[in-house]
Amino acid sequence: MRILPAGDRALLVELDDLDEVIGYYTALAADPPADVIDIVPAARTVLVTTTGDLATLSRTLHDLTPSADSRTTGDLIHIPVIYDGADLGDVADLLGCSKDDVIGRHTADEWTVAFCGFAPGFGYLTSAGDWNIPRRSSPRTKVPTGAVALAGEFSGVYPRESPGGWQLIGRTTAKIFDQERDPAALFHPGRRVRFVDAGRG
Amino acid sequence: MSSLTVLEPGPLATIQDRGRAGQAALGVPTSGACDRAAYELANRLVGNAAGAAAIEVTFGGLVVHADVDLVVAITGAPCTGVPLNAPATLRAGQLLHLGAPLTGLRTYVAIRGGVDVPPVLGSRSTDLLSGLGPSPLVASQTVPIGRPVEPMPGVDLAPVAHPAGGQVVLRVTPGPRRDWFTDAGWQALVSQTYQVSSNSNRVGVRLDGTPLERARSGELASEGMARGAIQIPPSGTPVIFLADHPVTGGYPVIAYVADADLDACAQVRPGQPVRLLGL
Repeated sequence: MRILPAGDRALLVELDDLDEVIGYYTALAADPPADVIDIVPAARTVLVTTTGDLATLSRTLHDLTPSADSRTTGDLIHIPVIYDGADLGDVADLLGCSKDDVIGRHTADEWTVAFCGFAPGFGYLTSAGDWNIPRRSSPRTKVPTGAVALAGEFSGVYPRESPGGWQLIGRTTAKIFDQERDPAALFHPGRRVRFVDAGRG
Repeated sequence: MSSLTVLEPGPLATIQDRGRAGQAALGVPTSGACDRAAYELANRLVGNAAGAAAIEVTFGGLVVHADVDLVVAITGAPCTGVPLNAPATLRAGQLLHLGAPLTGLRTYVAIRGGVDVPPVLGSRSTDLLSGLGPSPLVASQTVPIGRPVEPMPGVDLAPVAHPAGGQVVLRVTPGPRRDWFTDAGWQALVSQTYQVSSNSNRVGVRLDGTPLERARSGELASEGMARGAIQIPPSGTPVIFLADHPVTGGYPVIAYVADADLDACAQVRPGQPVRLLGL
């Protein structure tokens, strides 16, 4: 673990891998140090913003022990998916299997929200499965709200219409982000997700 | 209900408060007023509660009509034609017309009672990046004003300096990815005179200048970033993140602007020379 400078109000904790990030974030978010405003996990790092003293925060962050097994402790939600995405065939070809196999693997895995970014409520979900899906060579200018997608080791659901380069495998009617709801984001870091096959539309 | 009516919004006028801190883990940017001190001062001058929403005006041009008697205070970039840094009464039917600012970029108009649009995720701020919050002001829009909850302060005029014209110096400290750049790259950052690009906005201030030399190639995994982060995209020229910056970014952050200089950073205008002073 390395603690890197990030201005007068934040420190950036760099960790070895995504599992350690999830464990570190889980431990920190469960009992946030005084004066901490925001804790932002990402692929290899956790950014911690404070109104307090950075030296004190640095010691606290250094002494923190990541939670073990944090992938299995978050609450579990189910997301119904209609697997008719435009890139489902391409993903099947990339994985050397059938479309039904892709759906089978996507629904069999238990996913964990590792972190959010890109847009409000856009969660980067990872699983123990072996996913390594390249982004589309040319991103779409318009991906519809609720599109279920894959890129790299991640799965995600577009919370609203936006441009995007992920491979689309399906869609859901679940409201991933709703600013009238509290909490607004369905996917928050640490939450576990199961995708459920809701047919082909 | 009190209100004012927008006759002309000027280049850009948005509703801003202290923003949405605390939700970055959900991908929600902080947003809020860019020049925090000017915004806070405007609220204090009209006796508003801390965190009341005001109007952030970019490069003047805002014209509003008082639908009832209103008390306003105008701070930040000094626009011509209006009283500055002092509470002023606007009678029903009167117009408030902000000319171009003499220096600086962003002017704050606080109205006693505060702008009373519905909050989104705890804030009335317009976030131009994520699209959260109210849309920028448009002509003929009615802006609701809340009820005053606190007494007027006994202050006639706040003696504050206007944003600087000419060269602006911003102090910087090394950021988390300083080591992605050579020592020559760092020296270039803190020794050259940059020019503020016209591509700057509430997301970030872009600086034009000589590209910085990198010590390593490759891609950075996206990581969390705070206001004041100086990101170096492949072009090699800096982007300083302001209020509407994304929660995470994928380009290395070579340095951060000192927190005390972030308000000055929010006031630099396109073409203005900027130096970054290494601490």
